[in-house]
Amino acid sequence: MTDFQTTDFQQRALTLAGQQQSPAWLAALRFEGSEQWLNADWPGRRTELWKYTPLQALQKSTSAGWSSALPQGAGSAALLTIDAIRLVFVNGVFDAKASTANHDSVVRFSNANDAQRSLIEKHLGRIVDTKRHLFASLSNAWVQDGVLVHVPRNVVLEKPVYVVHVSTPEAEPVIANQRLLIVLEDNSQAELIEHFASDARTQNSFVNALTEVSIAANSSLQHYRINLEQEAQIHIGGVHIDLQRDSRYSGFTIAEGSALKRIDYQINHRGNGAYASLNGVYLPRNNQLVDYHTNVEHWAPHCTTSEIFRGIIGDSARAVFNGRILIHPDAQKTLAELSNRNLLTSDKAEVDTKPELEIYADDVKCAHGATVSQLDQTAMYYLQSRGVSKTQARTMLSFGFINELLQDLPQPAVRDYLQHHLTVLFGMDTGTGLS
Amino acid sequence: MLEIRNLNARVEGADILRNLSLSIKPGEVHAIMGPNGSGKSTLGNVLTGRPGYEVTSGEVLFNGKDLLSQEIEERAREGLFLAFQYPVEIPGVTNMEFLKASVDARRKHLGLPDLSSFDFMKLARETSKRVSLDAAFLKRGVNEGFSGGEKKRNEIMQMMLLEPSLCILDETDSGLDIDALQVVAGGVNAMRDDKRSFIIVTHYQRLLDYIVPDHVHVLAGGRIVKSGGKELALELEAKGYSWLEDEVA
Ligand SMILES: Nc1ncnc2c1ncn2[C@@H]1O[C@H](COP(=O)(O)OP(=O)(O)OP(=O)(O)O)[C@@H](O)[C@H]1O
Ligand SMILES: [Mg+2]
Repeated sequence: MTDFQTTDFQQRALTLAGQQQSPAWLAALRFEGSEQWLNADWPGRRTELWKYTPLQALQKSTSAGWSSALPQGAGSAALLTIDAIRLVFVNGVFDAKASTANHDSVVRFSNANDAQRSLIEKHLGRIVDTKRHLFASLSNAWVQDGVLVHVPRNVVLEKPVYVVHVSTPEAEPVIANQRLLIVLEDNSQAELIEHFASDARTQNSFVNALTEVSIAANSSLQHYRINLEQEAQIHIGGVHIDLQRDSRYSGFTIAEGSALKRIDYQINHRGNGAYASLNGVYLPRNNQLVDYHTNVEHWAPHCTTSEIFRGIIGDSARAVFNGRILIHPDAQKTLAELSNRNLLTSDKAEVDTKPELEIYADDVKCAHGATVSQLDQTAMYYLQSRGVSKTQARTMLSFGFINELLQDLPQPAVRDYLQHHLTVLFGMDTGTGLS
Repeated sequence: MLEIRNLNARVEGADILRNLSLSIKPGEVHAIMGPNGSGKSTLGNVLTGRPGYEVTSGEVLFNGKDLLSQEIEERAREGLFLAFQYPVEIPGVTNMEFLKASVDARRKHLGLPDLSSFDFMKLARETSKRVSLDAAFLKRGVNEGFSGGEKKRNEIMQMMLLEPSLCILDETDSGLDIDALQVVAGGVNAMRDDKRSFIIVTHYQRLLDYIVPDHVHVLAGGRIVKSGGKELALELEAKGYSWLEDEVA
């Protein structure tokens, strides 16, 4: 099996983690994280959760190795045009100038009052299962600061929360830790947009980003997670959600590929009648990789999951999609649907897709499916029969394949931004503004 | 305009068109009728270059040029248009985007300047009105969730926008209500002139009351078994096809 030696990367990362300043009340969590991180087996090819995604990119052999970021100005990343409560981080360092003023419901851990502090202590590191998620333990060990979004009972947050993580190259490769905790109390509502961006220069950072979400009874969260960074960026991200009775989570995620990009979603239906939808898009090109692992667990009856992921994989890129839905014995009357469709646009492109359905309850309705295909030939012919060139027809159909998931996004700022981004990416701006 | 000589074509290993010959002059309207499965749609598919339809022998000249060696999109840009019997749904691509791409391609081929987005949208809205399609259909996915009749009207809208020189209408009248039938017929008649030609594939004499053809052909077993004037359609309506098959056999 694996060797039980701690790798250089584990050592180095832990040293850096130890150097982070943080409030004393986070010390226990950091200690726990450090222990777990150091004692964890480093994933190898036989590690099921990392089978198709090697971590070599982290074991950089540069003489300098990894360091942690120094405060500096934001680069020139293209952000959303949106009226929101905005927090901007540059390589993990808070950028007050680029952010909006303090808000009652949105604070950094370092500014938390007593009530907020006890909320953080209650939930932080408790929603994520660190045994399953190796990099969550590094995040715990590192947590020097983070963002708490707390929506009290019966409150509808008046604006979306827009958390931006800008990466920009530094003299030495850096590790940036991003931490987010969302707590929605009973009967509340919020919208959260996480945006990971970079300037166009070759990036040299590793972002380890962890988001934990607790949604109490009758509450709902609309969540976007956008990962459009330059392709040298390394990103390992996790989103972990607990849903209580009759609560709703609607998530959308999109990622371009990079040297190493791995994103995990864990959704736990813990209360009766909870609803979760998660749609996702991945678009690796060149030599990039994107790996999405989603794990939805139904612990309670009468819950619903709807999950759709689509990917276009070009050039010599690779995508991994692992979508697991696990229905525990108590979760009767579950409705769960998972679909994954992949379009390979080159002979060298590759996808490893594995939808997994594990059902331990007898009264459930579940469906799942995964396809890997080329563009629809009839649609190609139809477009060409109207004079559209083969190349343009391909582009239009590829765009359409993804746009099906974009066009219904409820937040117009996100939708417009992504549609525009895709028309540029696919080189098909025809200027009708109706893509 | 169009000269089909001894065309033989095969689909999925089966010979469908057999020695089909047909000559269409500028400005003419030809109706093609014939039993189900006789090869009417196959003819349209072969002419437009649909993949999977293999021409085994024969030739087709379109405006004096060899048609069969041209790419699908070249044929369209040259002015060949097929209104599909079963228009294709393309979710995620808006009708507007699709129409603009088509019109841009055709105009470019004709050496005409690009229409600005604004002018195009105006034109598209006017045209959709002419076929009684609400402008909201321009923003929807191509044919996505359109009713049968709406799809057919969308085909006619494309025809109007592209201003082709040869229009093949494959059962555009099937599934249309009376009003829509008149919309389609009105559209065709408005586009009729001494240069533009039409091939109207239909099962019903009714459409030919509105679009009066110059010639009517009966396609059976992959070949044209009888041709005549517009009165042939009436005769077919009264007698069906069996007497012709007897005649051929
Ligand atoms: N793609 C295909 N694959 C297999 N067979 C085909 C295909 N296209 C056509 N055919 C066969 O070729 C024959 C002619 O079909 P075609 O669609 O041309 O008939 P049609 O005259 O248009 O009939 P209808 O009046 O029902 O529309 C039929 O037997 C049909 O099954
Ligand atoms: Mg037909």
